[in-house]
Amino acid sequence: MERVSERAVLDVSGLPSVVFGPRNVVWLGTILFMLIEGAMMAMLYASYFYYRTRSTDWPPGVMPPALTYGVANGIVFLLSLAPAWWTRKKSRAGDISGARMGLVVLAIFGAVNIALRVYEFSALNCEWSANAYASTVWMLLGVHSAHLATDFIETVVLAVLAFTDRVDGTRFSDFDENSMYWYFVVGVAVVTDFVIYGATRLL
Amino acid sequence: MAVVQTNPPVSATDSLHQRLDSTWREPSGFGGWFKRVHHTTIGIRFIVTAFIFFLLGGILAVLMRLQLARPENKFLGPDRYNQFFTVHGSTMIFLFAVPLMFQGFGIYLVPLIVGARNIAFPRLAAFSYYIYLFGCLFFWAGLLLNTGADRGWFAYVTLSGPDYSPGKRVDFWAQMITFTELSALATAICLAATILRHRAPGMSLNRMPMILWEKLVLSFMVIFAMPAVMLSSSMLLLDRTVGTQFFNPAEGGDVLLYQHLFWFFGHPDVYIIFLPGTAFVTTIVTAFARRHIFGYLALVVSTISIGFLGFGVWVHHMFATGLPQMGESFFTAATLMIVIPTAVQFFCWIATLWHGRVQFKLPMWWIAGFFFVFMIGGLSGLMLASVPVDTQVHDTFFVVAHFHYVLIGGAVFPMFGALYFWVPKMTGRMLNDALGKWNFWLFFIGFNMTFFTMHFLGLRGMTRRVYTYVPEMNWGWLNLLATCGALLMGVGVLVFILNFFWSRKYGAIAGPDPWRAGSLEWATSSPPQSYNFAELPTVNGREALWDAAPNQPVVAGIREDIRETLVTDSLDGDPDHRMESPGPSAWPFWAAVATSGLFIGSVFSARSVLYTAVPVAITLIGWYWPRWGVSQRRKATEVWSE
Repeated sequence: MERVSERAVLDVSGLPSVVFGPRNVVWLGTILFMLIEGAMMAMLYASYFYYRTRSTDWPPGVMPPALTYGVANGIVFLLSLAPAWWTRKKSRAGDISGARMGLVVLAIFGAVNIALRVYEFSALNCEWSANAYASTVWMLLGVHSAHLATDFIETVVLAVLAFTDRVDGTRFSDFDENSMYWYFVVGVAVVTDFVIYGATRLL
Repeated sequence: MAVVQTNPPVSATDSLHQRLDSTWREPSGFGGWFKRVHHTTIGIRFIVTAFIFFLLGGILAVLMRLQLARPENKFLGPDRYNQFFTVHGSTMIFLFAVPLMFQGFGIYLVPLIVGARNIAFPRLAAFSYYIYLFGCLFFWAGLLLNTGADRGWFAYVTLSGPDYSPGKRVDFWAQMITFTELSALATAICLAATILRHRAPGMSLNRMPMILWEKLVLSFMVIFAMPAVMLSSSMLLLDRTVGTQFFNPAEGGDVLLYQHLFWFFGHPDVYIIFLPGTAFVTTIVTAFARRHIFGYLALVVSTISIGFLGFGVWVHHMFATGLPQMGESFFTAATLMIVIPTAVQFFCWIATLWHGRVQFKLPMWWIAGFFFVFMIGGLSGLMLASVPVDTQVHDTFFVVAHFHYVLIGGAVFPMFGALYFWVPKMTGRMLNDALGKWNFWLFFIGFNMTFFTMHFLGLRGMTRRVYTYVPEMNWGWLNLLATCGALLMGVGVLVFILNFFWSRKYGAIAGPDPWRAGSLEWATSSPPQSYNFAELPTVNGREALWDAAPNQPVVAGIREDIRETLVTDSLDGDPDHRMESPGPSAWPFWAAVATSGLFIGSVFSARSVLYTAVPVAITLIGWYWPRWGVSQRRKATEVWSE
């Protein structure tokens, strides 16, 4: 390379251009997005328990949500961790066929999650306009559904991309980060389930 | 003092400059305007737009002052007055203070100060600007259509709920919050990632200039505070549009929850506005005291502890709501505790000035003004932290006086200091000294006339948000004095605008480092080239330029034919890997248009979200979808880490 001045140099030309995990700037961006969405959910949980302290009976005047679809979806969420983990592992190894398979399976799990989620709404046993409890439960499930839909669409887009010839190293790290975000979606789903189905019955 | 010159004279290095410029140049023309992603462009757009809304908010303030200038005035009716004070407050907080102090200056300065060629996630920064701009236009369109928000800048329920505020006025306010907070959150991600991963080699955490610490703490404050207000305003909007019952006491809803959520954002937001001011003060004091800042570690700890304590004091906005006395005592103590880190900062600045050789140039005038004004605001804050005093003067002009002393003292005075300090970097021309002093004295005298007077009005019982009063209250002459002060402030701001345009044409050429300051933005030309630094710098101390070794190395081995940047380790600033920064794209603009469509549509029909979400998804996919040529090139040259 042409030198401009006779200055001492720190030569970085040998450094890698494809990295995974905490070294990756996109990893940090994803973590920060998760913090924002996590803060939003935490505030919603706090609101739920705040309303609880303002009412003598719980849930107030309505039946608790039916368990069937919620529990079923919870199990599907936990099982979906496997393809997410698999996609991560294969992406880090640069294994395109492994990553393709992982993304497709993960997208199928996401579709099942969304289908079950529709039934979950119908089994909440309350209209959102019934009272503040009902509004909060709808909002909890609604905000999480937005996360779910976002990551489902992202997974489908990445899965389609994986079958093109546009996959360079940074795309493998995108597959990797997508799985990390999926872990987050599953984690929030589990906590939300405990609030909607558990706390409603136990408190 | 060794000098780091990372931008060698153009004549010596024509080909290097040309290569870098052809890689990094911003697209030109009308279409190009929507594709630009360089942080200097986005930062200046934020600063200019936010300053325009500062002027608009100021015009509303002057109109309100004219209405209050004499008793039983008929200049503005009660309805218009309600809209004006609401839009004034909301504009100054959401459309001016945070966007200018945190986003505008942050996006412009942070990549330069860390020594990078661009911000992390430049397209997200561009998106952040467009969303902010559309939010501003949406909110002000409401005012111009006589649908201006009219329930105060915090829109308390039940007054702002569906029963007491029919129509769309409050919805415009609630959705403006979504726009601006989404924008602030996007900026926070860009800034935190830039500070943590794009610092020049050698800039370990304990060598970061204070302004970077402040922007880092602030980014995390935004990340944890803004979701609360997005949530409360969304819940309010849902109550109003689809019949949820979050804040309807008749159906188990709770009005205090709204206040808790709002102030869980609202008080940290005071620090989100104030901390940039303190960082400007630290930077300007360091530059003009001609020495390193005194008590760097204490300042860092203070900034971080303000970040934490800022989240523990929100209930002091709710002392008059009848909360349990134990809670009130706790939050009084927490509020008083925040004085400690604030005082530490003050003592560090005083010690720096005490032991420095102070050059009293224009930016320092505003810092002196800050010391005076903010100190008065702090003292009245101490009075208000005490529950009995707070209860007595609650909702009076005493409170209005206090928070204008804090916010204008803590933000606007440092902002003018920062503009006089950094505008030469942005435009390449110095601002005029004589006009600058006129600007300062008119604003300073006008400010104190307006707001010191309000303390007395408040103590005499004048409540805020009344559009007029009867002559028998004897508030007339104090109000007239305050109005005259407001006019003087307005003239002061006009002088600044005159100065800016005059200096653009006739101002002295600034050169790279007109103040002989120490941080890296002064190591490149004014205004910076499209690539910021011809040779990426390395850092040897907290003031990179002052502390540079005689032959301070520069970074070599970063490609010039593509937008390659260096990523460093978060703690020590050691080089870690090379990364390609995204280039110009119109997708962030279209994504912002689609997102705005969704936000605005939801105000009028909740169901519209079902189809307005489609263009959002399409534009985001378009934004992401990789180009074939780029992926082939990358595949040919990429190096995987071990």
